[in-house]
Amino acid sequence: MRFMMIVIPRGYEKAKPGAMPDAKLVAEMAKYNESLHKAGVMLSGEGLHPPSMGARVSFSGGKPKVTDGPFTEAKEVIGGFWIIQVKSKAEAIEWAKRCPMPDGDTVEIRQLQEFEDFPADVQKAAAGEPALREQLEKKARKR
Amino acid sequence: MDPSATHSVANGAIEAVWRIESAKIVAGLARMTRDVGLAEELAQEALLAALEKWPGSGVPDNPGAWLMAAAKNRALDHFRHNKLIEAKHEEIGREAEEGFMPDFDAFENDIGDDLLRLIFTACHPVLSTEARAALTLKLLCGLTTDEIARAFLVPEPTVAQRIVRAKRTLAEARVPFEVPRGDELAARLASVLEVIYLVFNEGYSATAGDDWMRPALCEDALRLGRILAELAPNEPEAHGLVALMEIQASRLRARTGPSGEPILLMDQDRARWDHLLVRRGLAALARAEVLEREAGGSLGPYALQAAIAACHARALMYSETDWRRIVALYDALAQLLPSPVVDLNRAVAVTMAYGPEEGLALVDAIAAEPALRGYHLLPSVRGDFLEKLGRLDEARGEFERAASLTRNAREIRLLLDRAAALHPGLRVVK
Repeated sequence: MRFMMIVIPRGYEKAKPGAMPDAKLVAEMAKYNESLHKAGVMLSGEGLHPPSMGARVSFSGGKPKVTDGPFTEAKEVIGGFWIIQVKSKAEAIEWAKRCPMPDGDTVEIRQLQEFEDFPADVQKAAAGEPALREQLEKKARKR
Repeated sequence: MDPSATHSVANGAIEAVWRIESAKIVAGLARMTRDVGLAEELAQEALLAALEKWPGSGVPDNPGAWLMAAAKNRALDHFRHNKLIEAKHEEIGREAEEGFMPDFDAFENDIGDDLLRLIFTACHPVLSTEARAALTLKLLCGLTTDEIARAFLVPEPTVAQRIVRAKRTLAEARVPFEVPRGDELAARLASVLEVIYLVFNEGYSATAGDDWMRPALCEDALRLGRILAELAPNEPEAHGLVALMEIQASRLRARTGPSGEPILLMDQDRARWDHLLVRRGLAALARAEVLEREAGGSLGPYALQAAIAACHARALMYSETDWRRIVALYDALAQLLPSPVVDLNRAVAVTMAYGPEEGLALVDAIAAEPALRGYHLLPSVRGDFLEKLGRLDEARGEFERAASLTRNAREIRLLLDRAAALHPGLRVVK
């Protein structure tokens, strides 16, 4: 099963554009990443620029509304993530416990939804419209 | 007691720690004791100690170090006890073993080397492939004998016995705990890769049972492959194997329908492929290609198979598959690894690239191969070509024959459905 480990750095909601973790933390992270790689569990991982460099698109009344960061009302924001493939939630927790996090930071564990987790009707919807797929295939064959 | 500790222990925390730490502990102990079997037993004893202690005390801050210390203590007891016996009986043992007391302080230097030694030892050619697979899953993945038995659909005592015998064989053959060098390395690496791919394939297309796939076994093999590629980063075939498994695993969720029936590559919804795994597979293949180019060699069998899988992965639709390139890759593979199974796969690619008549001629040329006797994919492929040529009666017979040759219930169903669909004048109600 796959889990996302979501990093919630303390105060990152207020970080200035271009804010970066210091070299010491980056070095510790690199070491931690290496341990994930060497254990064969690492699938993917990225760090994110602060929300002050991002934007939010919110939906209300059928219309998207764009707000540029920072988002003053946000209490916690995401600073980065890993996706790991492990045997159990307990193993994901065990890996999260080993993250070299500065004081006050949080790592949240969330399991990725797999196709098999969906009920039959949702599976069907997720599989897409077969007629449309066939049409595309036919079109491609003619090319 | 810290309530959060109780909570995590109750949730399989010990099992999780074991999954992460066991291989490192066994590997470290094996180097110190020069005995993989003993190392595994000592590690198991440390696990038992944890199971006894941690539910009360909570998981220690550094559980790996705790387990290692517990195992070392038991190792010390073991060797002291042995010495005592030796002294009592005044036996004249072999010199090397009589005075042998492991250096238990020489640990934390490079665990990576120890892990690599452990992989090579567990996959030693002195063992049968079955024994290698069982021992590798046990020592490197931390699987229990029960889990291994369920994975391979054999009774637990069979696996337990396989592991006991394997450990004995390693001891009797005096297999040194080391990474092979020079000329030996290539052959021994091939043995390791073979075991990992065998485990993967047992998960990817289960040879028996009701399930067409057992994805957990694929995940174990992938984990092993990724570990190996990290430990031996300059071996192109290690990356080639990882590439092959990542790309094949990317199709896992598209390979079964709602009721568990197999879906063939051509019918799969490619949007459901795991594109993260595809990307990882293509990256691993690129790494293998760079390493081979730097060494002035050409792609090995796993990298070639990965390159073939990559052709499928890159095609957004089945009709966009570059079959001519696949034929060329199979040509290279057949040269490197002459095998009727490769020829059979090549015939499929030839049919797709150049038409079923040419494919059928190739299949008929290898149909008498003893290695293909009883291989259900031969009549299955032949049936497919005949169907494409409009020779429906013959095709139906081939599908029926294929169904009689496989033990996998899901596959039998698929083949009989294909046969039934070919009844002349009969409209198939699905």
